[in-house]
Amino acid sequence: MIKIGKYIEHFINWLTLHFGPFFKSVKHIVEAMVNAVQWVLGIMPWYVLILLLAIFAWRRAGWSAGVFTLLGLGLIYGMGYWPQTMETLALILVSACIALLIGIPFGIWAARNNMVGKILRPILDFMQTMPAFVYLIPAVLFFGLGKVPGVFATIIFAMPPAVRLTTLGIQQVPKDIVEATRSFGATSTQLLLKVELPLAMPTILAGVNQTIMMALSMVVIAAMIAAGGLGEIVLKGITQLKIGVGFEGGIAVVILAIILDRITQSFGKKRMKKTSN
Amino acid sequence: MIPKLKIENITLIFGRDREKALNMLHEGASKAEILAETGCTVGVKEASFDIQPGEFFVIMGLSGSGKSSLLRCLNRLIEPTSGNIFLNDTNITTLNDKELQQIRRKEISMVFQQFGLLPHRTVMENVAFGLELQGVPVAERNEKAAKVIELVGLKGYEQQLPSGLSGGMQQRVGLARALANDPEVLLMDEAFSALDPLIRTQMQDELMDLQEKMHKTIVFITHDLDEAIRLGDRIAIMKDGEVIQVGTPEEILTTPATEYVSSFVEKVDRKAVITASSLMDTKPVTAIFRKDGPEGSLRKMRSTGLNILPAVTIDKHFLGFVYLHEVLEVKRRGDKTIEAVIHREVPVAYPDTTVEQMLPFIAETDKPVAVVHPETNKLLGLISQTALIIETTGSQTL
Ligand SMILES: Nc1ncnc2c1ncn2[C@@H]1O[C@H](COP(=O)(O)OP(=O)(O)OP(=O)(O)O)[C@@H](O)[C@H]1O
Ligand SMILES: [Mg+2]
Repeated sequence: MIKIGKYIEHFINWLTLHFGPFFKSVKHIVEAMVNAVQWVLGIMPWYVLILLLAIFAWRRAGWSAGVFTLLGLGLIYGMGYWPQTMETLALILVSACIALLIGIPFGIWAARNNMVGKILRPILDFMQTMPAFVYLIPAVLFFGLGKVPGVFATIIFAMPPAVRLTTLGIQQVPKDIVEATRSFGATSTQLLLKVELPLAMPTILAGVNQTIMMALSMVVIAAMIAAGGLGEIVLKGITQLKIGVGFEGGIAVVILAIILDRITQSFGKKRMKKTSN
Repeated sequence: MIPKLKIENITLIFGRDREKALNMLHEGASKAEILAETGCTVGVKEASFDIQPGEFFVIMGLSGSGKSSLLRCLNRLIEPTSGNIFLNDTNITTLNDKELQQIRRKEISMVFQQFGLLPHRTVMENVAFGLELQGVPVAERNEKAAKVIELVGLKGYEQQLPSGLSGGMQQRVGLARALANDPEVLLMDEAFSALDPLIRTQMQDELMDLQEKMHKTIVFITHDLDEAIRLGDRIAIMKDGEVIQVGTPEEILTTPATEYVSSFVEKVDRKAVITASSLMDTKPVTAIFRKDGPEGSLRKMRSTGLNILPAVTIDKHFLGFVYLHEVLEVKRRGDKTIEAVIHREVPVAYPDTTVEQMLPFIAETDKPVAVVHPETNKLLGLISQTALIIETTGSQTL
């Protein structure tokens, strides 16, 4: 019998043993980030925040998105899940930001270096197809229970689309445009900043959208390791067989998903239609 | 005069086992043999030629003959496998990345078949792109860009995006972008091939007008012989990666180097290309006015069997034609000179007058056509009616 599990176990143990202080400081940093975002979200009264978000959604994605945001968030407040929603939102925003900060540079690297692309592809497949529950184990071993392991598991699960779509976007830049740019004496940094990234931007933003959606889909799973938020509500519904509560939590997640989706999608679309500056 | 560009034995091989392919090439293997043996494609095979400053040089050949590959070796968008390229005195093939960037920014610009414009930037921003890469401040580069935009006839379109322009307009942007750097050399890869025929001819005309003002060294690629002949001061013909002939359009048409070239040029409308200078007999027998009287002129007519002679002065200025029967007449009258019978009102051609332009002469007169120097009016040669008629009826036998 081949005991891959044993090796992985040993590896994880070795990591926790030797990198304990490192994981501890990472934990503190991430915790501080989540708390900071949550604090910002809590700075103003709920109705002001709803109004601001509704106006923002309206400006970006049209009046229907604005109305939906207003009614949706109002419903969430009415159901009494406002604090949990803000907790979840903070968790998602931090996870997605970190996933993008790591994922986009890797995507760029993979697009420009075939070798990197080849190595990265199976790793991404692995990250994406591995059942998300499995990430909970090392997450807990590294960071204990709470929000931080939730963020960790979410990052791993949500990062692949950011990498993939960044790579795809850059590779889709027409070859003749890249060639023309090089023919005018562009350095590779100039090529990246002035041509490849701007032209890849709609695809990269689609990646951003997917990453946020994937992060949201981890909410319930992350709640299993005490990450809190709306996931906890749904989980309570499941474990205590409270159908009503489960559905209420689920509806709140869906509302949040639709709002985030509409807003992030609008960035990609506006880009494509953008005229000049 | 040193050439602007000197292409020296450039070979370009695509594929992995280039060493082996190169060796096989040196041993005289063909493109097909090398492909079968090594899996490598020979893109360009030992190309050597010079391009002079201010020359409009056309590289022409069928699809896959290696034109684009060769052109891209000139600014090293593709690295040649062996050989050297000199720009003025600089060996381009040995430059490092930084130096090469400088050459691309300042000396050599390129225009592409598919335009290669940046879709997210306005016409102005596209045209100023090369200057932007050099770090030229915005105000200065916009000023320069505005000038070239006007030059290519795009004034008023500065703030448009390329997608809103027609193909011809987009290529004007491409051309303006290349000119904005004020390069010495312009590389144009099938720059007009994507345009429809009317626009294409118009762009050719405008490019020639521009070239008249700018005197750039242009390397222009096309697979269209008519375009090559129209634009090129000289043409290089490529086949299977090899440059098989380099010459002026007229040389290519009149003395094709190989069967391949002649089969190529067969379809061309020669009348627009062949000029008086290649049809004329450069040592015509002439009646020299004041030296040859009626007697001398008749002797020359008898010895050549001609009944018409061009009359010239001692220093070869063309005067007109004399006819046998009229010379006989003045001789019978006892005149000492042929002055009275010189027909002065005759059409003349210049060395660069095309056969097409000489067509009316056939209809108008039965005389040969005198070819004279456009300024001095000296007689340079004579085209017989026979030669002219045979040429216009399209025979290849001359
Ligand atoms: N990147 C490449 N890898 C392998 N072979 C190539 C590559 N680029 C070109 N070739 C081959 O080199 C030869 C010359 O191609 P090239 O594109 O220079 O021809 P061309 O004369 O420009 O043709 P066209 O008129 O179609 O543009 C062809 O046989 C082509 O298949
Ligand atoms: Mg080509």
